Amino acid sequence: MTPQATPPARDPAALPRFALTAVIVLLLWPGFKLVEFDPGMLFDPRNRETMGKFLGTFFPLALSADFLRLVVKSTLETLTIATAGMTVALVIAAPLSLLVTRSLSVSRIGPGAGRWTGRVLRVPVRLVLMLLRSVPEIVWALLFVRAVGLGPAAGVLAIGITYGGMLGKVYAEIFESGDTRPTVALLESGSGRIAAFVYGMLPVALPELVSYTVYRWECAVRASVIMGFVGAGGLGMQIELSMRMLSGGEVSTMLIIFLLLVMLADGISVGLRKVID
Amino acid sequence: MSLDLSHVKLVHSSGHCAINDVSLRVDAGERVAIIGPSGAGKTTLLRLIATALRPSSGNVSVLGVDPWRLGPPALRRLRARIGMVHQSPPIPLRQRVVTAVLGGRLGAWPLWKALGSLAYPADIAGARERLDRMEIGDKLFERCDRLSGGQLQRVGVARVLYQQPELVLTDEPVSAVDPALSDRVIGELSREAQLRGVTLIASLHAVDLALHWFPRIVGIRGGEISFDLPPLRVSDEMLRELYASESAVVPTQTNRPLDMPAPGVRRKPLCS
Repeated sequence: MTPQATPPARDPAALPRFALTAVIVLLLWPGFKLVEFDPGMLFDPRNRETMGKFLGTFFPLALSADFLRLVVKSTLETLTIATAGMTVALVIAAPLSLLVTRSLSVSRIGPGAGRWTGRVLRVPVRLVLMLLRSVPEIVWALLFVRAVGLGPAAGVLAIGITYGGMLGKVYAEIFESGDTRPTVALLESGSGRIAAFVYGMLPVALPELVSYTVYRWECAVRASVIMGFVGAGGLGMQIELSMRMLSGGEVSTMLIIFLLLVMLADGISVGLRKVID
Repeated sequence: MSLDLSHVKLVHSSGHCAINDVSLRVDAGERVAIIGPSGAGKTTLLRLIATALRPSSGNVSVLGVDPWRLGPPALRRLRARIGMVHQSPPIPLRQRVVTAVLGGRLGAWPLWKALGSLAYPADIAGARERLDRMEIGDKLFERCDRLSGGQLQRVGVARVLYQQPELVLTDEPVSAVDPALSDRVIGELSREAQLRGVTLIASLHAVDLALHWFPRIVGIRGGEISFDLPPLRVSDEMLRELYASESAVVPTQTNRPLDMPAPGVRRKPLCS
């Protein structure tokens, strides 16, 4: 028999764990100081009055037929921006996430030759993903508004690029965090990478992929609203106009539309998960 | 020559030496059972043979070639000729049984066929035939998470039968299957190997199964081979010594100790 080292009597992971907790607390405290976070501020009588006045203008809701027609049109535009943006993002993310997923690397279980190419290739792909998502979508939107002009196209491009980076990173993490044994077993019996992915990895990761993608679509709806503020069309542009004209009723109607959209996304997510299961 | 290990050693990154100076030759068409206590290195040895692990030192030759001298495409082709039945089947639970079985031949299929088979199963009859031999043909279109552990293990066996490898490795393939069915499953694997003239190397926990079905028994302990004999020459004393560290009894399917009154383990080599 090979001699086995006796394990230490105390939990060897305890010290790193406590140290990490202490570091987190020490980092958070000055952070809160730095941003002047003080919940008491909200209840200061003067602030309360200003906020109350602003909120007071939210009622009654604006429900005139003309306005509603405009809202419906903008809502559809927002949904279209979000959906088209997500499609662009998926096209970017799908191949990149497969490239950075380490479990799909044949060279890890495999041959001596070619072991480096995979590793060397993954680094630049990871960098590309980081580059795509490190620039906020609003900045991309400002850029594209200048390039392709005011309107939804700029929003679609901005969402597609930023979310492509995010989806690529998170997809790869989902693939890694699931049970990778089926994939590795397929690779070990001579299967190609793409076949191993669709037979071994996709079935494991599918529910999480779907719910994350729908959640991101919901985020894309919100993002397209924000980008509307800088001229990329949709509900955001309308909200900005209404705010500028100080018509709180219109703003609150549109906020309710938001709530409905989020509920819709939630419903789609639940429904899709049920279909998969 | 199906397999030739010479002075193979495997040291894990933790420094634990799992396989120490093992030499083993297996001819094409042989059927070999590997027995030994848990932690003896049975799984590691099989993974070395399956080219899933690279030895720290020593030489491995599988199906006549040294896998670690091959380039990626050639190694891939070699791996497609080796089938491994895992102890806990590496099958996504969400997958349907038919897809899991057809997945066995991914190494041989072109990509378009693999993808097409997801849209509509490419070889329903083929999958069904293998499942029938495992007595779970009725589960063809069930999802794997509806199966019991033993049924899933048999899906794993059916997948390797469908793969039709030239070297079949099985790592405790019936640990979750009841004794009567275990006999059936090992019997089918054995029959398949004889029928197609391929090599079968099986690690087994139940010693009686090994002695009953295999003409050659390799006992390993502490990463080393302690005996390599035909079943008739494996004595009760050798078995007791092999399992000495684990418990007082030698593991069998019914868990009745070997050294109970009278006959010990039945030895009936079906093969000469």
